[in-house]
Amino acid sequence: MITLTVVAALLATLPLVFILALLLKQGASSLNWAFFTNMPKPVGETGGGMANAMMGTVMLIGVASVIGLPVGIGAGLYLAEHRGARFASVVRFLSDVLNGLPSIVIGIFAWQFLVRPVKQFSALAGGIALGVMMIPLVTRATEEMIRLVPDALREAALALGYPRWRTSLTIVLRTALPGIVTAALVAVARIAGETAPLLFTAFGNQFWSTSFMHPISALPLQIFSYAISPYDEWHALAWAGALVLLALVLVISLVARFVTRSKFGAGHD
Amino acid sequence: MTEPRAAAPTFRVATNLTAGSAAATATPSIVSVKSLDAYFGATRAVRDATLDFPEGQVTAIIGPSGCGKSTLLRTLNRMHETVPTARVEGEVLLEGKDIYERSVNPIEVRKRIGMVFQRPTPFPTMSIRDNVVAGFRAAGRSAPPRAEQFEIAEWALRRAALWDEVRDRLDESATALSGGQQQRLCIARALATRPRVLLLDEPTASLDPRSTQKVEELVYELRGDVTVVIVTHNMQQAARVSDRTAFMLLGELVEVAPTSRLFTSPSDERTEAYITGRFG
Amino acid sequence: MPSTSLHGASLGDRIYRFTTTAFAASVPLLLVLLGVEVMIAAWPALKAFHFSFLTSSRWDAVEGVFGAAPAIYGTIISSVLALVIATPLAVGVAIFLSEFAPPWLRQPVAFLVDLLAAIPSVVYGLWGIFVLVPLLREQVMPFITDRLHLGNTPLFSGPAYGPSMLAAGLILAIMVLPYISSVTREVLMAVPRSQREAALALGATRWEMIRGAVLPYASSGILGGVILGLGRALGETMAVTMVIGNRHEISSSLFAPGYTMASLIANEFSEATNDMHLSALMAVGAVLLALTLAVNMLARWLVWRVARQGR
Repeated sequence: MITLTVVAALLATLPLVFILALLLKQGASSLNWAFFTNMPKPVGETGGGMANAMMGTVMLIGVASVIGLPVGIGAGLYLAEHRGARFASVVRFLSDVLNGLPSIVIGIFAWQFLVRPVKQFSALAGGIALGVMMIPLVTRATEEMIRLVPDALREAALALGYPRWRTSLTIVLRTALPGIVTAALVAVARIAGETAPLLFTAFGNQFWSTSFMHPISALPLQIFSYAISPYDEWHALAWAGALVLLALVLVISLVARFVTRSKFGAGHD
Repeated sequence: MTEPRAAAPTFRVATNLTAGSAAATATPSIVSVKSLDAYFGATRAVRDATLDFPEGQVTAIIGPSGCGKSTLLRTLNRMHETVPTARVEGEVLLEGKDIYERSVNPIEVRKRIGMVFQRPTPFPTMSIRDNVVAGFRAAGRSAPPRAEQFEIAEWALRRAALWDEVRDRLDESATALSGGQQQRLCIARALATRPRVLLLDEPTASLDPRSTQKVEELVYELRGDVTVVIVTHNMQQAARVSDRTAFMLLGELVEVAPTSRLFTSPSDERTEAYITGRFG
Repeated sequence: MPSTSLHGASLGDRIYRFTTTAFAASVPLLLVLLGVEVMIAAWPALKAFHFSFLTSSRWDAVEGVFGAAPAIYGTIISSVLALVIATPLAVGVAIFLSEFAPPWLRQPVAFLVDLLAAIPSVVYGLWGIFVLVPLLREQVMPFITDRLHLGNTPLFSGPAYGPSMLAAGLILAIMVLPYISSVTREVLMAVPRSQREAALALGATRWEMIRGAVLPYASSGILGGVILGLGRALGETMAVTMVIGNRHEISSSLFAPGYTMASLIANEFSEATNDMHLSALMAVGAVLLALTLAVNMLARWLVWRVARQGR
């Protein structure tokens, strides 16, 4: 029976190895400098790149973070500081529910709420949709990290005459910060690869754009549209894009793992 | 390590203090507790306590665990109410003014009264020096300029008998210090803002004997300048460091007396039972 | 210390409390807003088609008649298929990691399995289009029909296109495996020592202990993990859209192309021809929303119950 579990472990890790190997093989062969600097080119022309999609992904992550981080961290603080309260357990539960919603549903919600009224796809709408996905991730992680901060620290600050808000922000949150940075990075890694919420919000764009009010491309969108196209050179670009996207996600995840305990990190115990 | 220790008087035990204690009754009180009840939800942790803390003296509060001694201590700087469902009835006068009056801001009370807890609580994200002057960061206070803060930090660290050990690493993390050093750092932090009252909640409970001795010496040296209230489960400690001792049992303040008298001829039989080791 | 007044404002505290409460309240508000917006947009279609929206297989944008039955069917079948494949593997991995694996192997294997969850959906889709689907079309499907002679059974009948319910189920299985496995691992580790030792003291072997003492204790938690995985599978969009074939038909055969609710929205939303088409797609979103809500609540409840038991 032990063998069975070993086989299960092998079978479970096998797809990962296959996918990674193939990505490296297919992706690396069509990856070059032009991929990072050039714009998409029409079928038949070589040397197309995804510069605009990478810029778009960066902008979308930016908008999402501007929304997801403050709201998530604020809500996490609230949850950690009102552990027993009924409203806190409702928020905790609903934040798990929000986390479990299909990203495509978030996408049509963002379309209905942000795109339809103004009749304009936009980077802003896409970023907000991703930000909504970030909120529950950051909320729950922040709560967990803040709970790891000993209550004694909070008490000590209060006893020194710190107001509650200053205690929470400069002592408790500051102490939990390395953990929260890690959580924020994990959340960014998670949304960086999202496609479905962007289909009807950011929409995609073949051209260079840095406007928040206009449609914008993103790596996952570009990979999707190239993957389902009938052209071989676009398929190659899709592989290259996938490699870059995965590398981005993995690098962010790894950085998150090794986030330095800043000068005086949370080594307190 | 070259500098000689600040002229510390020889450490004496409380039996030598009879004279000082006798004078206690004449000293005016800086803090007075009047008919105080402290609750956690429906549970009354402190029942109808009334006592005075004479200025410049060390008062110890002793009693078995769960007797309400820490709760009583925490009502003195309005820390009790930071626990959910906790509340207080009665009066605590700080320099004659009731700190539980509606218009009083608890933050202002806490700024005037220093507190040190059972376990050392240095702020892990701050350097040693920043920890000492952390009290100045509390809002509303017109904090002294940075240079002056450094002087204050040195003064407070010397006062807490820690200066010689940390003078070369003031910018390092406070978490690198030993437990005993951390606790003295917390005392320095509490002293830096020059409070007139210092509350110590079992300050040596998590320390080794050597560090305990240092903290006790420190408390001994603070008398006169600062009014100290120390909660301890260790009767010997109370006997060593305090001028007056209060004994609590099941939330009730059984007896308050000069330390030497309480330990030699208690007037309540419950006190006698406790100090002779028959319960607790 | 100057003996100034003890009075002072705590305006900062009030601002702080208001701000964090507002941020916390934004989570429920967001959910309500989301539900309301989707329902408003879905209303015309739901009103026009009533129950036939759930039961009819006719999805005709030109005629303006919409029934989402194939998409609902496809969503459920592909997800169930994924769970059937992924659950034994995930539980196996979890048992291996928590009971048998030598300590030096635990971290790396757990990391690799967790990494499966980090791969973006669209990358799975890419792999599905160019590796999984051709593999199914050229190797697996012919093998099943010709070698195993199962071509006449309803489950495996019809031509081997490649893009199919089977492809969707397989790719979903890979994607939900890390979720099930990590919940299962947590639940297994929460089984109290006493439970294991009692079994071992009775002379049980390692495996007997797991089967007799550990798994029964952890079963409802594992079920919670499986249902959490189901929640993921039901809403998964990109990878499925890229391999399922996108056809409005209910077929008993796993070889046949199909549709899921998520892939239907992804595929048709931007080219919706008229308002009713758009509303019908929104209604599909509403059904998907309701389904995942129910499934997620069930899963959270199960996991929460076990977590409480373990403490």
